[in-house]
Amino acid sequence: MNGVKLSGAQILLKSIEAEGVDTIFGYPGGMALPIYDALYDSGIRHILARHEQGVAHAADGYARATGRPGVCLATSGPGATNLVTGLANAFMDSVPMVAITGQVTRPSLGRDSFQEADITGITMPITKHNFLVKEPAELARTVKEAFYIATTGRPGPVLIDVPSDISLSQIDYKPPYEVNLPGYKPAPNTAPRKIMEAAQAIADARRPLIYAGGGVVISGAHNELLKLAEMLAAPVTCTLMGLGGFPGNHPLFLGMLGMHGTKYANFAVSDCDLLIAVGARFDNRVTGKVETFASKAKIIHIDIDPAEIDKNVKVDIPIEGDVKIVLDQLLAVLRPNLEEAWREKIKAWKREYPLKYCKSGNIKPQYVIQEIYNLTEGNARITTEVGQHQMWTAQYYSFTKPRSFITSGGLGTMGFGLPAAIGVQVGCPDEVVFDIAGDGSIQMNIQELCTAVNYNLPINVAILNNGYLGLVRQWQEMFYNRRYSQSELLNPDFVKLAEAYGAVGIRVTSKEEVAPALQRAIQLKKPVMLDIVIDREDNVLPIVPPGESLDKMLG
Amino acid sequence: MKHTLSVLVENNPGVLARVAGLFSRRGFNIDSLAVGMTDNSSVSRMTIVVEGDERYLEQLNKQLHKLVDVIKISDITRDAYVDRELVLIKVSADAAKRAEIMQLVDIFRARIVDVSPKTLTIEVTGNDGKVTAFEDSLRPFGIKELVRTGKIAMLRGKRASSKNHINKEEDES
Repeated sequence: MNGVKLSGAQILLKSIEAEGVDTIFGYPGGMALPIYDALYDSGIRHILARHEQGVAHAADGYARATGRPGVCLATSGPGATNLVTGLANAFMDSVPMVAITGQVTRPSLGRDSFQEADITGITMPITKHNFLVKEPAELARTVKEAFYIATTGRPGPVLIDVPSDISLSQIDYKPPYEVNLPGYKPAPNTAPRKIMEAAQAIADARRPLIYAGGGVVISGAHNELLKLAEMLAAPVTCTLMGLGGFPGNHPLFLGMLGMHGTKYANFAVSDCDLLIAVGARFDNRVTGKVETFASKAKIIHIDIDPAEIDKNVKVDIPIEGDVKIVLDQLLAVLRPNLEEAWREKIKAWKREYPLKYCKSGNIKPQYVIQEIYNLTEGNARITTEVGQHQMWTAQYYSFTKPRSFITSGGLGTMGFGLPAAIGVQVGCPDEVVFDIAGDGSIQMNIQELCTAVNYNLPINVAILNNGYLGLVRQWQEMFYNRRYSQSELLNPDFVKLAEAYGAVGIRVTSKEEVAPALQRAIQLKKPVMLDIVIDREDNVLPIVPPGESLDKMLG
Repeated sequence: MKHTLSVLVENNPGVLARVAGLFSRRGFNIDSLAVGMTDNSSVSRMTIVVEGDERYLEQLNKQLHKLVDVIKISDITRDAYVDRELVLIKVSADAAKRAEIMQLVDIFRARIVDVSPKTLTIEVTGNDGKVTAFEDSLRPFGIKELVRTGKIAMLRGKRASSKNHINKEEDES
């Protein structure tokens, strides 16, 4: 191919295709027009969202569901700034994404030109890295480097800002053969000494507990984690991001830990003498009061990102490395050390403090979630928005497979679930996809319902409608003396809204209707929005009050 | 305790913003920062002075390493090193005081680089102790303006914190 003259835009798309990308998410605009023009002749499938935030979340959902990088495309200025929340979201949850933005021409840069925004400056703290392409000849290599950075080590979003005169320039295309990133080291080397130290600590432990995070899912280490847990007969608790990384129906599974974790998971953290943190980052929603977190335990921390070690909690045995590789090495030297008393204690906690909800009254959100699980036999891909419905999903949907739970963890982005579900369905066309939503969150990116209709993506949106910003209301009830400041919502008619978009709307107002409505939605194989009217003032319980120790749970 | 970090970075546009942004958003304080090109024009060196305990420094070091443009970080605080800072001081100097100031300039091996009827501008290089002592001794005359480059530093002897190989490696010294 050497010596062929191509436009910058053609080179850009060629370089993306060379990375194995066949689908991108985007929204056109002035400075991206040269790229869109080249796209017209390209083999890449483009999903047109209805807002650039939807673009970013869809690419994110696609990446989380498939493990392949999500690619998004937007124009300069507002197009680029609308991606910002999506990039921050992907950055917090370590999602591999490459965002390409059009930019004003090089001579117009820095002159406050029409639709100019310093998007590399703006996204510096919320991308793993970003590039402003200054020369056409740099384009191909930049794309290669962007994908390399986004997908290796601890994954994350990378942004490439492309001035439109670069997209229009005609140059010789030379495919890049290698990346040139002297300062980038994707994964640290694991010190064998630390593996031995960890093996010894495990052999010495009487009450070990495994605390697994999103790193297990990203690394594809779910089988190794299962082996580790079974070999040690050690209980396992997952973070929100870790759910699906360990079978939710396994007898050793304790559910989620932290603010809305199970009581037995939090008691186990507080009582264990060895905490094995696997691909988790000791987020404050997990630790509660940091000073008392796992205070009886020695802590082993396995993470690919050295900066996560000792960041929030001082650990005893740090192991830097890819979780899957480290667990493999650890499994090779472990001696099982089964301790009956610890398991009995946990069994007793499980019996005494199960997750429970009041079953009388109207439709219970927990019940809806369990019915979605039952009807799909746990095989659906679930996305969520952010709020009560998200926590109930984490508690009551028993995730058994990695990448089956796609949720905004670190950033907590309302409006994530619907566009993410679109990305998931694009990536997994034959699977059943549910966005479990709240009536508040769903309205933050409701326009994406049109995208689902446009591409006939049979996503199911289950709105758990309580007419409140439920988690806000719950905090106001519990910590602000029931002063419901700005948390009650006037909502549109979601059924009519769904129909206006060309989707199917189904309203559910009684418990008996829940299962048939869900069944019908799944069978329709069309975009469906279910407006499920639930009890208005149900709370997510148990809860560790903010700033409290994990064993001080309410509810 | 104060630490002196010698940081090699790729000489890319925005690299200073990346480093400075990291310091501000993670709550690290910079005492001084000096940056300039090395003998390799694609690589710059930042000499950064920060104050904090071991855990603080370790976290700072790890966060800096995550920047793709950062090639190598050496904390040279505990090694033998030469450090220099260049300071320009404009001091009030009427005819009556001039001789006294020039004596101080001699004592500190400083240099007068500009003269006006009412002021002298003096250049002094040295480590922090010397520069501070010189500044203190000039203060009674009336310092009108002062500008410091921030500290630059280099290891003593044949060891180098950079060499020309560009490997991102942990420097445990």
